[in-house]
Amino acid sequence: MIKDLHNKLINKEITSEQLTLDYFDRISKKDKDIFSYLTLTKDLALEQAKKADEKIKKGEKIGLLEGIPGAIKDNICINGIRATAASKILDSYIAPYNATVIDKLNEKGAVILGKTNLDEFAMGSSTENSAYGPTKNPHDLNRVPGGTSGGSTAAVAADLASWALGTDTGGSIRQPAAFCGVVGMKPTYGRVSRHGIIAMASSLDQVGPIAKTVEDAAIVLSAISGRDKHDATSAHSQDKNYEEFLTGEVRGTKIGVVKEYLNSLEKNVREKIEKVIEFYKKEGAKIIETELPHVKYALPAYYIIQPCEVSSNLARYDGIKYGLRIDDGDNSAISGNSSDLPKTLLETYFDTRQYGLGRETKRRIMLGTYALSSGYYEAYYLRAQKARTLIKKDFEKAFKEADMILTPTTPSPAFRLGEKTEDPLKMYLEDIFTVTANIAGIPAISVPCGRIKEGKKELPIGFQLMGKWFDEENLLRVADAYEKK
Amino acid sequence: MISEEEVRHIASLARIGLSEEEVGKFSKDLSLVLDWIDELKKVDVENVEPTAHITGVENETREDNFSDFNNKNGIIKLFPEEKNGYDKVKSVL
Repeated sequence: MIKDLHNKLINKEITSEQLTLDYFDRISKKDKDIFSYLTLTKDLALEQAKKADEKIKKGEKIGLLEGIPGAIKDNICINGIRATAASKILDSYIAPYNATVIDKLNEKGAVILGKTNLDEFAMGSSTENSAYGPTKNPHDLNRVPGGTSGGSTAAVAADLASWALGTDTGGSIRQPAAFCGVVGMKPTYGRVSRHGIIAMASSLDQVGPIAKTVEDAAIVLSAISGRDKHDATSAHSQDKNYEEFLTGEVRGTKIGVVKEYLNSLEKNVREKIEKVIEFYKKEGAKIIETELPHVKYALPAYYIIQPCEVSSNLARYDGIKYGLRIDDGDNSAISGNSSDLPKTLLETYFDTRQYGLGRETKRRIMLGTYALSSGYYEAYYLRAQKARTLIKKDFEKAFKEADMILTPTTPSPAFRLGEKTEDPLKMYLEDIFTVTANIAGIPAISVPCGRIKEGKKELPIGFQLMGKWFDEENLLRVADAYEKK
Repeated sequence: MISEEEVRHIASLARIGLSEEEVGKFSKDLSLVLDWIDELKKVDVENVEPTAHITGVENETREDNFSDFNNKNGIIKLFPEEKNGYDKVKSVL
Protein backbone atom coordinates (compact mmCIF):
# COMPACT_ATOMS: atom_id res chain seq x y z
CA MET A 1 0.00 0.00 0.00
CA ILE A 2 2.83 2.41 0.81
CA LYS A 3 4.37 1.50 -2.55
CA ASP A 4 1.01 2.19 -4.29
CA LEU A 5 0.82 5.62 -2.67
CA HIS A 6 4.48 6.21 -3.49
CA ASN A 7 3.83 5.41 -7.15
CA LYS A 8 0.84 7.75 -7.21
CA LEU A 9 3.06 10.51 -5.84
CA ILE A 10 5.89 10.07 -8.32
CA ASN A 11 3.46 9.63 -11.23
CA LYS A 12 1.84 12.89 -10.11
CA GLU A 13 -1.61 11.33 -9.76
CA ILE A 14 -1.87 12.98 -6.37
CA THR A 15 0.24 15.38 -4.31
CA SER A 16 1.38 14.57 -0.81
CA GLU A 17 -0.49 17.68 0.36
CA GLN A 18 -3.76 16.40 -1.10
CA LEU A 19 -3.13 12.91 0.26
CA THR A 20 -2.53 14.41 3.69
CA LEU A 21 -5.65 16.59 3.52
CA ASP A 22 -7.68 13.52 2.52
CA TYR A 23 -6.48 11.78 5.66
CA PHE A 24 -7.46 14.74 7.84
CA ASP A 25 -10.84 14.80 6.12
CA ARG A 26 -11.41 11.13 6.95
CA ILE A 27 -10.21 11.70 10.51
CA SER A 28 -12.67 14.56 11.02
CA LYS A 29 -15.52 12.34 9.77
CA LYS A 30 -14.69 9.02 11.42
CA ASP A 31 -12.56 9.64 14.48
CA LYS A 32 -15.42 11.03 16.56
CA ASP A 33 -16.63 7.43 16.85
CA ILE A 34 -13.29 5.62 16.97
CA PHE A 35 -11.19 8.12 18.96
CA SER A 36 -7.81 6.92 17.74
CA TYR A 37 -6.10 10.35 17.91
CA LEU A 38 -5.35 12.46 20.99
CA THR A 39 -3.59 15.29 19.13
CA LEU A 40 -3.56 16.20 15.44
CA THR A 41 -0.44 17.81 13.99
CA LYS A 42 -1.93 19.36 10.86
CA ASP A 43 0.55 22.24 10.47
CA LEU A 44 3.51 19.95 10.86
CA ALA A 45 1.99 17.37 8.49
CA LEU A 46 1.29 19.89 5.74
CA GLU A 47 4.76 21.38 6.07
CA GLN A 48 6.27 17.91 5.62
CA ALA A 49 3.91 17.09 2.74
CA LYS A 50 4.81 20.28 0.88
CA LYS A 51 8.50 19.49 1.19
CA ALA A 52 7.91 16.13 -0.49
CA ASP A 53 5.79 17.76 -3.22
CA GLU A 54 8.52 20.32 -3.84
CA LYS A 55 11.06 17.54 -4.44
CA ILE A 56 8.73 15.66 -6.77
CA LYS A 57 8.04 18.86 -8.71
CA LYS A 58 11.75 19.41 -9.18
CA GLY A 59 12.11 15.85 -10.45
CA GLU A 60 14.20 14.75 -7.46
CA LYS A 61 14.12 11.14 -6.35
CA ILE A 62 12.06 10.48 -3.21
CA GLY A 63 12.19 7.60 -0.73
CA LEU A 64 9.38 5.09 -0.18
CA LEU A 65 8.08 6.76 3.00
CA GLU A 66 8.55 10.30 1.72
CA GLY A 67 5.27 12.22 1.71
CA ILE A 68 3.33 9.23 3.10
CA PRO A 69 1.13 10.07 6.13
CA GLY A 70 1.33 8.04 9.33
CA ALA A 71 0.53 8.27 13.03
CA ILE A 72 2.67 8.18 16.17
CA LYS A 73 1.71 6.69 19.53
CA ASP A 74 1.48 9.42 22.15
CA ASN A 75 4.31 8.05 24.29
CA ILE A 76 6.85 8.99 21.59
CA CYS A 77 8.21 12.55 21.74
CA ILE A 78 7.99 15.02 18.85
CA ASN A 79 9.68 18.36 19.47
CA GLY A 80 7.12 21.09 20.18
CA ILE A 81 4.14 18.71 20.21
CA ARG A 82 2.16 17.61 23.27
CA ALA A 83 3.05 14.12 24.49
CA THR A 84 0.66 12.85 27.18
CA ALA A 85 1.25 9.07 27.31
CA ALA A 86 -2.56 9.25 27.88
CA SER A 87 -1.96 10.42 31.45
CA LYS A 88 -3.39 13.48 33.19
CA ILE A 89 -0.01 13.97 34.83
CA LEU A 90 1.46 14.85 31.40
CA ASP A 91 -1.60 16.69 30.09
CA SER A 92 0.33 19.90 29.50
CA TYR A 93 3.69 18.33 28.57
CA ILE A 94 5.16 19.72 25.34
CA ALA A 95 8.09 17.55 24.30
CA PRO A 96 11.27 19.67 24.07
CA TYR A 97 13.06 17.24 21.72
CA ASN A 98 12.51 14.53 19.13
CA ALA A 99 12.70 10.82 19.82
CA THR A 100 15.39 9.26 17.62
CA VAL A 101 12.70 7.41 15.65
CA ILE A 102 11.09 10.78 14.85
CA ASP A 103 14.43 12.22 13.68
CA LYS A 104 14.80 9.18 11.45
CA LEU A 105 11.28 9.50 10.04
CA ASN A 106 11.91 13.19 9.40
CA GLU A 107 15.09 12.35 7.50
CA LYS A 108 13.03 9.98 5.35
CA GLY A 109 10.45 12.72 4.74
CA ALA A 110 7.51 10.86 6.31
CA VAL A 111 4.38 12.89 7.10
CA ILE A 112 3.08 12.76 10.68
CA LEU A 113 -0.68 13.25 11.07
CA GLY A 114 -0.89 13.16 14.85
CA LYS A 115 -0.47 11.36 18.14
CA THR A 116 -2.56 8.31 18.96
CA ASN A 117 -4.34 7.09 22.06
CA LEU A 118 -2.98 4.39 24.37
CA ASP A 119 -3.45 2.90 27.81
CA GLU A 120 -1.94 5.32 30.33
CA PHE A 121 1.87 5.03 30.15
CA ALA A 122 1.31 1.94 27.96
CA MET A 123 -0.10 -0.26 30.71
CA GLY A 124 -3.13 -2.33 29.78
CA SER A 125 -4.52 -4.49 27.01
CA SER A 126 -7.53 -2.54 25.75
CA THR A 127 -6.75 1.23 25.56
CA GLU A 128 -9.47 1.64 28.22
CA ASN A 129 -6.86 2.90 30.70
CA SER A 130 -6.40 6.14 28.74
CA ALA A 131 -7.17 9.20 30.88
CA TYR A 132 -8.87 10.65 27.79
CA GLY A 133 -11.31 7.80 27.16
CA PRO A 134 -11.16 4.52 25.27
CA THR A 135 -10.48 3.99 21.58
CA LYS A 136 -13.06 1.79 19.84
CA ASN A 137 -12.41 -1.11 17.51
CA PRO A 138 -13.27 -0.02 13.93
CA HIS A 139 -14.67 -3.52 13.22
CA ASP A 140 -17.19 -3.22 16.07
CA LEU A 141 -17.52 0.02 18.01
CA ASN A 142 -18.74 -1.87 21.09
CA ARG A 143 -15.42 -3.65 21.34
CA VAL A 144 -11.90 -2.66 22.37
CA PRO A 145 -9.13 -2.24 19.79
CA GLY A 146 -6.70 -4.00 22.12
CA GLY A 147 -3.85 -2.22 23.75
CA THR A 148 -1.79 -0.49 24.54
CA SER A 149 -1.16 0.79 20.99
CA GLY A 150 -4.93 0.66 20.32
CA GLY A 151 -5.03 4.20 18.89
CA SER A 152 -2.33 3.38 16.35
CA THR A 153 -3.85 0.05 15.26
CA ALA A 154 -7.39 1.48 15.07
CA ALA A 155 -6.12 4.43 13.00
CA VAL A 156 -4.43 2.11 10.49
CA ALA A 157 -7.43 -0.29 10.41
CA ALA A 158 -9.86 2.57 9.70
CA ASP A 159 -7.48 4.15 7.15
CA LEU A 160 -6.99 7.24 9.31
CA ALA A 161 -3.25 6.71 8.78
CA SER A 162 -1.40 4.64 6.22
CA TRP A 163 1.10 3.38 8.82
CA ALA A 164 1.81 3.99 12.50
CA LEU A 165 4.35 3.55 15.25
CA GLY A 166 3.52 1.72 18.43
CA THR A 167 5.47 0.45 21.41
CA ASP A 168 5.42 -3.12 22.68
CA THR A 169 6.40 -4.14 26.21
CA GLY A 170 4.29 -7.30 26.63
CA GLY A 171 2.32 -7.42 23.39
CA SER A 172 1.17 -3.82 22.99
CA ILE A 173 1.74 -3.75 19.23
CA ARG A 174 0.81 -7.33 18.35
CA GLN A 175 -2.34 -7.87 20.43
CA PRO A 176 -4.10 -4.70 19.16
CA ALA A 177 -2.85 -5.43 15.63
CA ALA A 178 -4.58 -8.85 15.85
CA PHE A 179 -7.78 -7.27 17.27
CA CYS A 180 -7.87 -4.61 14.54
CA GLY A 181 -6.90 -6.86 11.62
CA VAL A 182 -3.60 -5.16 10.78
CA VAL A 183 0.09 -6.14 10.82
CA GLY A 184 2.18 -5.29 13.88
CA MET A 185 5.78 -6.07 14.68
CA LYS A 186 7.90 -5.95 17.82
CA PRO A 187 11.53 -5.93 16.71
CA THR A 188 14.40 -7.53 18.65
CA TYR A 189 15.14 -5.65 21.89
CA GLY A 190 17.67 -2.99 20.91
CA ARG A 191 16.93 -3.03 17.17
CA VAL A 192 15.17 0.34 17.46
CA SER A 193 16.33 3.20 19.70
CA ARG A 194 14.21 3.97 22.76
CA HIS A 195 15.57 7.51 23.11
CA GLY A 196 12.58 9.86 23.39
CA ILE A 197 10.11 7.11 24.20
CA ILE A 198 8.37 7.74 27.52
CA ALA A 199 10.03 4.99 29.52
CA MET A 200 7.87 2.33 31.11
CA ALA A 201 9.69 -1.00 31.55
CA SER A 202 13.11 -0.35 30.12
CA SER A 203 14.35 -3.93 29.80
CA LEU A 204 11.24 -4.87 27.77
CA ASP A 205 10.10 -1.75 25.83
CA GLN A 206 10.58 -1.68 22.08
CA VAL A 207 9.22 0.55 19.29
CA GLY A 208 7.78 -1.08 16.19
CA PRO A 209 5.69 -0.61 13.04
CA ILE A 210 1.94 -1.06 12.59
CA ALA A 211 0.76 -1.29 9.00
CA LYS A 212 -1.80 -2.62 6.55
CA THR A 213 0.64 -5.09 4.98
CA VAL A 214 3.82 -6.92 5.92
CA GLU A 215 5.67 -5.03 3.21
CA ASP A 216 4.58 -1.70 4.71
CA ALA A 217 5.72 -2.85 8.15
CA ALA A 218 9.10 -3.74 6.61
CA ILE A 219 9.40 -0.30 4.99
CA VAL A 220 8.67 1.48 8.29
CA LEU A 221 11.05 -0.80 10.22
CA SER A 222 13.84 -0.03 7.75
CA ALA A 223 13.27 3.67 8.41
CA ILE A 224 13.42 3.54 12.21
CA SER A 225 15.92 0.82 13.11
CA GLY A 226 19.62 1.16 13.86
CA ARG A 227 22.20 1.97 16.49
CA ASP A 228 21.73 5.23 18.41
CA LYS A 229 24.35 6.89 20.55
CA HIS A 230 21.55 8.26 22.76
CA ASP A 231 20.42 4.76 23.73
CA ALA A 232 23.18 2.62 25.23
CA THR A 233 20.91 -0.44 25.00
CA SER A 234 20.44 -0.06 21.24
CA ALA A 235 22.21 -2.83 19.38
CA HIS A 236 25.23 -2.55 17.11
CA SER A 237 23.15 -4.00 14.31
CA GLN A 238 23.50 -3.34 10.65
CA ASP A 239 20.81 -1.26 8.96
CA LYS A 240 18.86 -3.24 6.42
CA ASN A 241 16.19 -2.60 3.83
CA TYR A 242 13.79 -5.20 5.14
CA GLU A 243 11.38 -4.79 2.23
CA GLU A 244 14.02 -6.31 -0.06
CA PHE A 245 13.83 -9.69 1.70
CA LEU A 246 10.19 -10.41 0.79
CA THR A 247 10.63 -13.13 -1.80
CA GLY A 248 7.34 -14.96 -1.15
CA GLU A 249 9.40 -18.14 -0.71
CA VAL A 250 9.12 -20.35 2.38
CA ARG A 251 10.42 -23.66 1.01
CA GLY A 252 12.73 -25.30 3.53
CA THR A 253 11.98 -22.84 6.33
CA LYS A 254 11.56 -24.72 9.59
CA ILE A 255 8.55 -23.48 11.57
CA GLY A 256 8.10 -24.66 15.15
CA VAL A 257 4.64 -25.20 16.63
CA VAL A 258 3.93 -25.52 20.37
CA LYS A 259 1.35 -28.24 20.94
CA GLU A 260 0.12 -26.97 24.34
CA TYR A 261 -0.61 -23.59 22.79
CA LEU A 262 -2.82 -25.10 20.09
CA ASN A 263 -4.58 -27.41 22.53
CA SER A 264 -5.46 -24.49 24.80
CA LEU A 265 -7.45 -22.73 22.06
CA GLU A 266 -11.17 -22.55 21.43
CA LYS A 267 -12.16 -24.52 18.33
CA ASN A 268 -12.91 -21.50 16.13
CA VAL A 269 -9.52 -19.88 16.79
CA ARG A 270 -7.67 -23.17 16.57
CA GLU A 271 -9.11 -23.83 13.11
CA LYS A 272 -7.76 -20.53 11.84
CA ILE A 273 -4.27 -21.22 13.18
CA GLU A 274 -4.29 -24.76 11.78
CA LYS A 275 -5.18 -23.37 8.36
CA VAL A 276 -2.11 -21.12 8.52
CA ILE A 277 0.06 -24.10 9.43
CA GLU A 278 -1.47 -26.08 6.53
CA PHE A 279 -0.64 -23.24 4.17
CA TYR A 280 3.02 -23.21 5.16
CA LYS A 281 3.21 -26.99 4.88
CA LYS A 282 1.74 -26.86 1.39
CA GLU A 283 4.25 -24.20 0.37
CA GLY A 284 7.15 -26.41 1.37
CA ALA A 285 7.98 -25.17 4.86
CA LYS A 286 8.86 -27.83 7.39
CA ILE A 287 6.55 -27.86 10.43
CA ILE A 288 8.16 -29.23 13.58
CA GLU A 289 7.00 -29.59 17.16
CA THR A 290 8.72 -27.24 19.57
CA GLU A 291 8.91 -27.48 23.32
CA LEU A 292 9.30 -24.42 25.52
CA PRO A 293 9.05 -25.88 29.04
CA HIS A 294 9.63 -22.64 30.98
CA VAL A 295 7.41 -20.42 28.89
CA LYS A 296 4.52 -20.93 31.33
CA TYR A 297 6.48 -18.77 33.75
CA ALA A 298 6.81 -15.90 31.29
CA LEU A 299 3.59 -14.16 32.31
CA PRO A 300 4.12 -14.22 36.09
CA ALA A 301 7.78 -13.20 35.55
CA TYR A 302 6.55 -10.34 33.37
CA TYR A 303 4.15 -9.13 36.05
CA ILE A 304 7.08 -8.83 38.45
CA ILE A 305 9.71 -7.35 36.13
CA GLN A 306 7.35 -4.90 34.46
CA PRO A 307 5.82 -3.34 37.63
CA CYS A 308 9.27 -3.14 39.27
CA GLU A 309 10.69 -1.19 36.35
CA VAL A 310 7.52 0.92 36.19
CA SER A 311 7.79 1.89 39.86
CA SER A 312 11.30 3.12 39.19
CA ASN A 313 10.67 4.83 35.83
CA LEU A 314 7.49 6.59 36.92
CA ALA A 315 9.07 8.03 40.07
CA ARG A 316 10.02 11.02 37.88
CA TYR A 317 6.38 12.20 37.73
CA ASP A 318 6.44 14.12 40.97
CA GLY A 319 5.03 17.52 40.05
CA ILE A 320 8.43 19.17 40.31
CA LYS A 321 10.24 19.25 36.97
CA TYR A 322 7.37 19.18 34.48
CA GLY A 323 3.79 18.09 34.10
CA LEU A 324 0.98 18.42 36.60
CA ARG A 325 1.60 19.94 40.02
CA ILE A 326 -0.86 20.24 42.88
CA ASP A 327 0.09 22.59 45.68
CA ASP A 328 -1.18 25.79 47.29
CA GLY A 329 0.53 28.10 44.77
CA ASP A 330 -0.93 30.07 41.87
CA ASN A 331 0.27 27.56 39.29
CA SER A 332 -1.36 24.55 40.91
CA ALA A 333 -3.50 22.35 38.66
CA ILE A 334 -6.18 22.50 41.34
CA SER A 335 -7.15 25.67 43.13
CA GLY A 336 -9.63 26.16 45.90
CA ASN A 337 -9.63 26.38 49.64
CA SER A 338 -5.91 26.66 50.25
CA SER A 339 -6.13 24.99 53.67
CA ASP A 340 -6.93 21.70 51.87
CA LEU A 341 -4.06 22.02 49.42
CA PRO A 342 -0.58 20.57 49.98
CA LYS A 343 1.95 22.91 51.53
CA THR A 344 5.14 20.88 51.77
CA LEU A 345 7.16 19.06 49.15
CA LEU A 346 6.06 15.65 50.43
CA GLU A 347 2.38 16.60 50.38
CA THR A 348 2.83 17.88 46.83
CA TYR A 349 4.22 14.52 45.75
CA PHE A 350 1.33 12.62 47.33
CA ASP A 351 -1.44 14.81 45.98
CA THR A 352 0.05 15.25 42.50
CA ARG A 353 0.44 11.51 42.02
CA GLN A 354 -2.91 10.67 43.59
CA TYR A 355 -4.77 12.96 41.24
CA GLY A 356 -2.50 12.71 38.19
CA LEU A 357 -2.11 8.95 37.84
CA GLY A 358 -4.84 6.48 36.89
CA ARG A 359 -5.89 3.34 38.71
CA GLU A 360 -3.92 0.76 36.71
CA THR A 361 -0.79 2.90 36.80
CA LYS A 362 -1.03 3.22 40.58
CA ARG A 363 -1.66 -0.52 40.90
CA ARG A 364 1.51 -1.36 38.97
CA ILE A 365 3.64 1.21 40.80
CA MET A 366 2.40 -0.22 44.11
CA LEU A 367 3.05 -3.79 42.98
CA GLY A 368 6.57 -2.90 41.88
CA THR A 369 7.29 -0.89 45.00
CA TYR A 370 6.21 -3.87 47.11
CA ALA A 371 8.27 -6.39 45.13
CA LEU A 372 11.38 -4.20 45.32
CA SER A 373 10.96 -3.24 48.97
CA SER A 374 13.37 -4.44 51.60
CA GLY A 375 13.29 -8.22 52.08
CA TYR A 376 11.34 -9.03 48.92
CA TYR A 377 13.87 -8.32 46.16
CA GLU A 378 15.25 -11.87 46.01
CA ALA A 379 11.88 -13.58 46.17
CA TYR A 380 10.45 -11.48 43.37
CA TYR A 381 12.63 -9.41 41.02
CA LEU A 382 15.76 -11.54 41.20
CA ARG A 383 13.77 -14.75 40.89
CA ALA A 384 11.90 -13.36 37.86
CA GLN A 385 15.19 -12.40 36.21
CA LYS A 386 16.46 -15.93 36.75
CA ALA A 387 13.28 -17.32 35.19
CA ARG A 388 14.05 -14.98 32.31
CA THR A 389 17.35 -16.75 31.79
CA LEU A 390 15.58 -20.12 31.67
CA ILE A 391 13.08 -18.83 29.12
CA LYS A 392 15.88 -17.42 27.00
CA LYS A 393 17.62 -20.80 27.09
CA ASP A 394 14.39 -22.51 26.01
CA PHE A 395 14.41 -20.35 22.90
CA GLU A 396 18.11 -20.86 22.23
CA LYS A 397 17.45 -24.58 22.25
CA ALA A 398 14.29 -24.35 20.16
CA PHE A 399 16.04 -22.21 17.54
CA LYS A 400 18.65 -24.89 17.01
CA GLU A 401 15.92 -26.82 15.20
CA ALA A 402 13.32 -24.25 14.20
CA ASP A 403 13.93 -21.02 12.27
CA MET A 404 10.89 -19.46 13.90
CA ILE A 405 7.92 -20.37 16.06
CA LEU A 406 4.27 -19.96 15.09
CA THR A 407 1.55 -19.25 17.70
CA PRO A 408 -1.78 -17.45 17.86
CA THR A 409 -1.38 -13.77 18.78
CA THR A 410 -4.32 -13.85 21.21
CA PRO A 411 -6.56 -16.61 22.59
CA SER A 412 -9.70 -14.90 21.23
CA PRO A 413 -10.84 -11.92 19.13
CA ALA A 414 -11.53 -8.42 20.55
CA PHE A 415 -13.59 -8.35 23.74
CA ARG A 416 -16.33 -5.89 24.67
CA LEU A 417 -15.61 -2.52 26.24
CA GLY A 418 -15.81 -2.86 30.02
CA GLU A 419 -15.67 -6.65 29.91
CA LYS A 420 -12.35 -6.95 31.74
CA THR A 421 -11.80 -3.59 33.43
CA GLU A 422 -12.87 -4.74 36.90
CA ASP A 423 -10.60 -7.78 37.06
CA PRO A 424 -6.88 -7.02 36.67
CA LEU A 425 -5.95 -10.71 36.29
CA LYS A 426 -8.33 -11.26 33.39
CA MET A 427 -6.78 -8.29 31.62
CA TYR A 428 -3.23 -9.49 32.36
CA LEU A 429 -3.97 -12.91 30.83
CA GLU A 430 -4.55 -11.17 27.49
CA ASP A 431 -0.76 -11.14 27.08
CA ILE A 432 -0.33 -14.90 27.40
CA PHE A 433 1.06 -15.53 23.88
CA THR A 434 2.77 -12.20 23.30
CA VAL A 435 4.68 -11.53 26.50
CA THR A 436 7.22 -14.30 25.90
CA ALA A 437 8.89 -12.45 23.02
CA ASN A 438 9.50 -9.44 25.29
CA ILE A 439 10.87 -11.58 28.11
CA ALA A 440 13.20 -13.33 25.61
CA GLY A 441 13.95 -10.10 23.68
CA ILE A 442 13.21 -11.78 20.34
CA PRO A 443 11.39 -10.24 17.36
CA ALA A 444 7.75 -11.19 16.75
CA ILE A 445 5.11 -10.22 14.23
CA SER A 446 1.31 -10.52 14.20
CA VAL A 447 -0.42 -11.11 10.87
CA PRO A 448 -4.20 -11.23 10.25
CA CYS A 449 -5.49 -14.75 9.45
CA GLY A 450 -9.20 -14.44 8.94
CA ARG A 451 -12.27 -13.48 10.90
CA ILE A 452 -14.49 -15.04 13.51
CA LYS A 453 -18.22 -14.42 13.69
CA GLU A 454 -19.36 -12.93 17.00
CA GLY A 455 -23.05 -12.07 16.87
CA LYS A 456 -23.60 -10.00 13.74
CA LYS A 457 -19.97 -8.89 13.41
CA GLU A 458 -16.94 -10.55 11.93
CA LEU A 459 -13.90 -9.94 14.10
CA PRO A 460 -10.30 -10.28 12.94
CA ILE A 461 -7.88 -12.75 14.47
CA GLY A 462 -4.10 -12.95 14.04
CA PHE A 463 -1.23 -15.40 14.21
CA GLN A 464 2.22 -14.65 15.51
CA LEU A 465 5.68 -15.60 14.29
CA MET A 466 8.52 -15.32 16.81
CA GLY A 467 12.03 -15.39 15.41
CA LYS A 468 15.68 -15.53 16.33
CA TRP A 469 17.39 -12.47 17.77
CA PHE A 470 18.03 -9.93 14.96
CA ASP A 471 16.35 -12.11 12.33
CA GLU A 472 13.54 -9.71 11.44
CA GLU A 473 14.08 -10.22 7.70
CA ASN A 474 13.15 -13.90 7.81
CA LEU A 475 10.10 -13.27 9.97
CA LEU A 476 8.95 -10.64 7.51
CA ARG A 477 9.66 -12.94 4.54
CA VAL A 478 7.57 -15.79 5.97
CA ALA A 479 4.77 -13.47 7.15
CA ASP A 480 4.65 -11.80 3.73
CA ALA A 481 4.44 -15.18 1.94
CA TYR A 482 1.24 -15.98 3.88
CA GLU A 483 -0.27 -12.58 3.25
CA LYS A 484 0.36 -12.86 -0.49
CA LYS A 485 -1.29 -16.31 -0.69
CA MET B 1 -2.61 -11.21 51.69
CA ILE B 2 -1.69 -7.56 51.66
CA SER B 3 -3.32 -5.77 54.58
CA GLU B 4 -4.66 -2.22 54.39
CA GLU B 5 -1.82 -1.15 56.64
CA GLU B 6 0.73 -2.61 54.21
CA VAL B 7 -1.04 -0.84 51.34
CA ARG B 8 -0.66 2.49 53.18
CA HIS B 9 3.02 1.75 53.77
CA ILE B 10 3.70 0.85 50.12
CA ALA B 11 1.77 3.91 48.93
CA SER B 12 3.85 6.07 51.19
CA LEU B 13 7.09 4.58 49.80
CA ALA B 14 5.76 5.17 46.28
CA ARG B 15 4.68 8.73 47.16
CA ILE B 16 1.10 8.10 46.10
CA GLY B 17 -1.79 9.52 48.10
CA LEU B 18 -4.73 7.12 48.37
CA SER B 19 -8.35 7.57 49.42
CA GLU B 20 -9.79 5.13 51.97
CA GLU B 21 -11.75 3.48 49.19
CA GLU B 22 -8.58 2.99 47.14
CA VAL B 23 -6.77 1.46 50.12
CA GLY B 24 -9.44 -1.24 50.36
CA LYS B 25 -9.47 -1.84 46.63
CA PHE B 26 -5.67 -2.09 46.35
CA SER B 27 -5.49 -4.47 49.31
CA LYS B 28 -7.77 -6.82 47.39
CA ASP B 29 -6.14 -6.28 43.96
CA LEU B 30 -2.54 -6.64 45.11
CA SER B 31 -3.33 -9.80 47.07
CA LEU B 32 -4.99 -11.32 44.02
CA VAL B 33 -2.06 -10.52 41.72
CA LEU B 34 0.61 -11.59 44.21
CA ASP B 35 -1.14 -14.93 44.80
CA TRP B 36 -1.09 -15.55 41.07
CA ILE B 37 2.54 -14.47 40.74
CA ASP B 38 3.42 -17.08 43.39
CA GLU B 39 3.30 -19.56 40.49
CA LEU B 40 6.88 -18.48 39.95
CA LYS B 41 7.93 -20.11 43.21
CA LYS B 42 7.56 -23.46 41.45
CA VAL B 43 10.40 -22.88 39.01
CA ASP B 44 13.80 -24.21 40.01
CA VAL B 45 16.29 -21.34 39.73
CA GLU B 46 19.13 -22.95 41.63
CA ASN B 47 22.47 -21.99 40.02
CA VAL B 48 20.75 -19.88 37.37
CA GLU B 49 22.24 -16.46 36.59
CA PRO B 50 19.75 -13.58 36.37
CA THR B 51 19.27 -11.83 33.01
CA ALA B 52 19.20 -8.04 33.10
CA HIS B 53 19.98 -7.28 29.48
CA ILE B 54 18.55 -9.79 27.11
CA THR B 55 20.87 -9.48 24.10
CA GLY B 56 23.90 -9.29 26.35
CA VAL B 57 25.10 -5.73 25.72
CA GLU B 58 27.70 -4.91 28.37
CA ASN B 59 29.67 -1.87 29.43
CA GLU B 60 28.76 0.50 26.63
CA THR B 61 31.25 3.33 26.94
CA ARG B 62 31.81 6.61 25.15
CA GLU B 63 34.03 9.67 25.42
CA ASP B 64 32.94 11.84 28.33
CA ASN B 65 32.19 14.88 26.19
CA PHE B 66 29.38 17.29 26.77
CA SER B 67 27.37 19.11 24.18
CA ASP B 68 24.91 21.95 24.51
CA PHE B 69 21.18 21.19 24.44
CA ASN B 70 19.54 23.29 21.76
CA ASN B 71 16.15 23.80 23.39
CA LYS B 72 16.75 24.94 26.96
CA ASN B 73 13.78 27.24 26.75
CA GLY B 74 11.58 24.28 25.89
CA ILE B 75 12.58 22.72 29.20
CA ILE B 76 12.22 25.88 31.24
CA LYS B 77 8.71 26.39 29.87
CA LEU B 78 7.75 23.01 31.33
CA PHE B 79 8.60 24.02 34.92
CA PRO B 80 5.38 24.04 36.96
CA GLU B 81 6.69 27.21 38.63
CA GLU B 82 9.59 29.17 37.19
CA LYS B 83 11.58 31.96 38.79
CA ASN B 84 14.48 33.67 36.98
CA GLY B 85 15.08 30.62 34.84
CA TYR B 86 15.02 28.27 37.84
CA ASP B 87 12.49 25.59 38.76
CA LYS B 88 10.83 26.68 42.01
CA VAL B 89 10.19 23.87 44.46
CA LYS B 90 7.98 23.73 47.56
CA SER B 91 9.59 23.95 50.96
CA VAL B 92 10.80 20.62 52.24
CA LEU B 93 9.36 21.11 55.72
